[in-house]
Amino acid sequence: MTDYILILVSTILVNNFVLVQFLGLCPFMGVSNKLETAIGMSAATTFVLTLASLSSYLVYEYLLIPLDIEYLKTISFIMVIAVVVGFTEMAIRKSSPLLYRVLGIFLPLITTNCAVLGVALLNIKRENGFMESILYGFGAAVGFSLVLIFFAAMRERIAVADVPKAFQGSAIAMITAGLMSLAFMGFTGLVSI
Amino acid sequence: MNTSFNLFDFVGGVHPAENKTQSTQSSISSAGIPEKLVLPLTQHIGAQSKPLVNVGDTVLKGQLIAAAQGFISANLHAPTSGKITAIEDRAIAHQSGLSDLCIEITTDKQDKWIEHSGIANYQDIDASQLISLIQEAGVTGMGGAGFPTHVKVSAKPDAIKTLIINAAECEPYITADDMLMQERANDVISGIQILAHILKPESVLIGIEDNKPKAAEALNLALKESPENTLIEVIVIPTKYPSGGEKQLIQILTGKEVPSGGLPSSLGIVCHNLGTAYAINSAITKGEPLISRITTMTGNACAAPQNYEVLIGTPVKHLLEVSNTDIKNTSRLVMGGPMMGFTIDQIETPIIKASNCIIAATKQELPDPAMEQACIRCGMCTEACPAQLLPQQLYWFSKSSNLEQAESHNIADCIECGACSYVCPSNIPLVQYYRFAKGEIKQATADKLKSDRAKVRFETRLARQEREAAEKVAKRQARAEAAAKKQAQKKAAPAQEASDSKAPPAADIELLQKKFDATKAGVTKTKEKLAILLADENADPEKIELLKGALTKAQTKMKDAAKVMAEAKKAEKASAFTSSDKGDPNTPERLKNKLDLAQSRLETANKRLEEAKAENSDKIEAFETAVTKQLERVNDAKLALETAIKTSATNNVPASVDLETLKQKVLAAQTRVDKANERLNMAKEQNLETVGALQTGLDKQTSKLVDAKAALEQASTEEAK
Amino acid sequence: MTSFIVAVSALVILSLIFGAILGFAAIRFKVEGNPLVEQIDALLPQTQCGQCSYPGCSPYAEAIAKGEEGINKCPPGGESTIQAIADLLGVEPEPLDAEHGTEKESAMVAVIREDECIGCTKCIQACPVDAILGAAKQMHTVIESECTGCDLCLEPCPVDCIDMVPIDGGLPAWHWDKPIQIIATDAGNTDALNEGKAA
Repeated sequence: MTDYILILVSTILVNNFVLVQFLGLCPFMGVSNKLETAIGMSAATTFVLTLASLSSYLVYEYLLIPLDIEYLKTISFIMVIAVVVGFTEMAIRKSSPLLYRVLGIFLPLITTNCAVLGVALLNIKRENGFMESILYGFGAAVGFSLVLIFFAAMRERIAVADVPKAFQGSAIAMITAGLMSLAFMGFTGLVSI
Repeated sequence: MNTSFNLFDFVGGVHPAENKTQSTQSSISSAGIPEKLVLPLTQHIGAQSKPLVNVGDTVLKGQLIAAAQGFISANLHAPTSGKITAIEDRAIAHQSGLSDLCIEITTDKQDKWIEHSGIANYQDIDASQLISLIQEAGVTGMGGAGFPTHVKVSAKPDAIKTLIINAAECEPYITADDMLMQERANDVISGIQILAHILKPESVLIGIEDNKPKAAEALNLALKESPENTLIEVIVIPTKYPSGGEKQLIQILTGKEVPSGGLPSSLGIVCHNLGTAYAINSAITKGEPLISRITTMTGNACAAPQNYEVLIGTPVKHLLEVSNTDIKNTSRLVMGGPMMGFTIDQIETPIIKASNCIIAATKQELPDPAMEQACIRCGMCTEACPAQLLPQQLYWFSKSSNLEQAESHNIADCIECGACSYVCPSNIPLVQYYRFAKGEIKQATADKLKSDRAKVRFETRLARQEREAAEKVAKRQARAEAAAKKQAQKKAAPAQEASDSKAPPAADIELLQKKFDATKAGVTKTKEKLAILLADENADPEKIELLKGALTKAQTKMKDAAKVMAEAKKAEKASAFTSSDKGDPNTPERLKNKLDLAQSRLETANKRLEEAKAENSDKIEAFETAVTKQLERVNDAKLALETAIKTSATNNVPASVDLETLKQKVLAAQTRVDKANERLNMAKEQNLETVGALQTGLDKQTSKLVDAKAALEQASTEEAK
Repeated sequence: MTSFIVAVSALVILSLIFGAILGFAAIRFKVEGNPLVEQIDALLPQTQCGQCSYPGCSPYAEAIAKGEEGINKCPPGGESTIQAIADLLGVEPEPLDAEHGTEKESAMVAVIREDECIGCTKCIQACPVDAILGAAKQMHTVIESECTGCDLCLEPCPVDCIDMVPIDGGLPAWHWDKPIQIIATDAGNTDALNEGKAA
């Protein structure tokens, strides 16, 4: 039980995928202009990450290992992720067309989100079991969502603030992200996983 | 002093310097009667009142000069006797600096009252009657907003539990209510009692700040002297700006918060200003309408700052003169207090029913606002806000015009008291931003409403057009079906149907005739208009062009109508014929005609070629080709004719001798001639250029008719043989 | 060799299974129509003027939703509408396409000079929101509160008796301007000052 909690703490705070491991920066910068968009994106990514993490584990464990074709893990994980994202895209399109339209190109781009593939591959590296894989994926997603929402809220405020001309736009966004990353460094060593 | 009363407090508030002692040193004096009075017709919240007098009328003091329009509106009375000299747009007391309709009275200094009388025992009068007396007297809120009082006192029976009298006067500089209480406490208490009689609350609380000890004393004395009072209590509250705000005062005295977007009456509470109570007393007990008010004239540029009893409509200029104000030294003239008042540029601006103060400020007293700096997010504005809003957030949203977020952060509940701007260390004019955002929200809501309406209208229109088109199609189908049915019936019983089938086409023809007549009339009308314009020397050449264009349009329409009618007539005639067969085109006569035609055309082509050669024009080649082609056609026709003659000779076809066909041909030719005649006559009437062509056409048709008749005769004589 | 075949067939089978899943999802989650069109239409000003070269605001909204048309074709909507649609769709706002007209200074309404009206009903047929009252050979007049200022009625009038006049709401329609902000730290920066002046 403590293992599971430690996995969650590690993936959400200590080894946050966006700010510490620097994965998944594309949607982090691209979708954080408005808070509603960010929340939608977080929900979508959480769903995708958890499901993809689980499916990748299953494919690896019950297909690749028995057939001795572990070297095919990268391509099969990509396929799994693509299918999960496609499924999610269709589900979102049906349930909330506005969110679908608002997320736009970033929804299918979750496929290329290195955090998703990273989670899948890291599961293998860590030799995570079934439950651990799910939690690892879920924790990664929660960490991503947390940081994305924080960043979006800050960017909304920065948009109307008195930013010097040279720093307006992406420059101040990058600096803010860097400062957030620095802040999250404070968690280092909290949990050794 | 309140002994057992439990006081509450509201969050926030500020303590600006009071600056009230300057104007409380002398008692209230009259400001006198100025030369002219300017009375705006909208001195209140609600619909503008309508003038009942005209320029040149003489009016008496207290005479009704403008009537309220609707329930939320107020009457206006002449503050003194005089003559109406103007009803026009004048500068009014409004932040925008715009003008509005005003009645100007030139006073005659007689100050003659109209017949009026008060009610001695108002307790015997029923509440609704008292309310209508208040309405007639034109009493509006004297605290600054100017809401018509009769609306505020029209509450359902037993709806009001607490009546609160606002004697707080929290804004710096203003001392009008203070002096009113000190000098005329009895009248004030009487007015409050009238209110209590109307509303029948369970308790009456007079909220007064502790910086007015003399006023509180005067009130308590007056209360002791009037024995029938048992309900009224004088509650002294701590001095804080803005305790005099309605919602804040209610919170202090009762601890209850007025819900966002709601009214105090939903809590069973109603709040009236002290000055309003005084005005109610004058209206009921003395029969005097609202024609004057107490206004504080203060400021460092003013030599004798004090309170004046000012006639409504007195220009500020008069008040400045009476109070010995040094206008040159006045860097800013403020109507209202320093927190919520506004600057007036024109000293002719009149005092209105809600003007409680004029500040003639020197440069040092009210310096120019400092330059706005960046927000340092200190949060002092949030600490000061008496409405428990988030001024900093509202600032960011208003600045970036994020109206949605501003609305969801309750910008509508902002009372614009100015406490936030007062404390801001960066000198940001916060209230200005909120006012801007509120205006934008109001505009956006109005636009949305309008565009929704436009959308509904557009869609209704589309639906209507579709419906009309569908109906037309259905009608046409029904007509076609009916016609088909009739055709079938006609085949079974031809004689009877012949007359019937004529009827619908006749109706159509009638309709078309009407249409044609209409177009004809249109053409005549346009012609007349054009004639008039041409006759007029000063006519606009553009207009003439337009009319000429219109004339041509009308003429084309007429032609079209004529065409349609002719076709309809033809159709009718065609349906009357049992056979629509025009006959065999290869009969020798027809071929002969064709040959003749081709030959004549060849002749014309040759002629043209000669002319072209003579002129040596570049069309020679074209004409040569034309001639060759025509020659070919002539030869073909000759050939066809010879073959036909041979075949007819061998077949001995009796077709050419068919009497019926000949008769039909004659009829057809006759119709054509008639038509051509019609068209020609019409063209002649309208003087169209097509007259010549139509004439030639007519001639051709007539000759054809003659031929056909001849052929018929020949055939009949042969037949007879 | 067998391992190669095994690998390939494993991948093929995997892709077939995934394909089946996606196919099933495509049918299960089929979306009819496009509710986005309504949302875009709600942002358009509903003048139905046709300046965007579409016969009304709904067709233009549909074109935007399909991605066929840019969002900057609506002059009556102006900058604020372009910004709103850009926010909704998450795209970059573009400046108004001048080819379709320029944003007017203030809202206009049509007014018919009744002395010159000939009662031809052409303007009534042209008005997209039926804001003109009248009948054949009867006086025509514009219902001011319903007129959207699209000026589609100007052309059909054969006697050119319709004027476009700006709406003046007077005192009730007045509201505050945005305060011009010149921040003290913006030393030498005249952009804010100019922006404020333009606002």
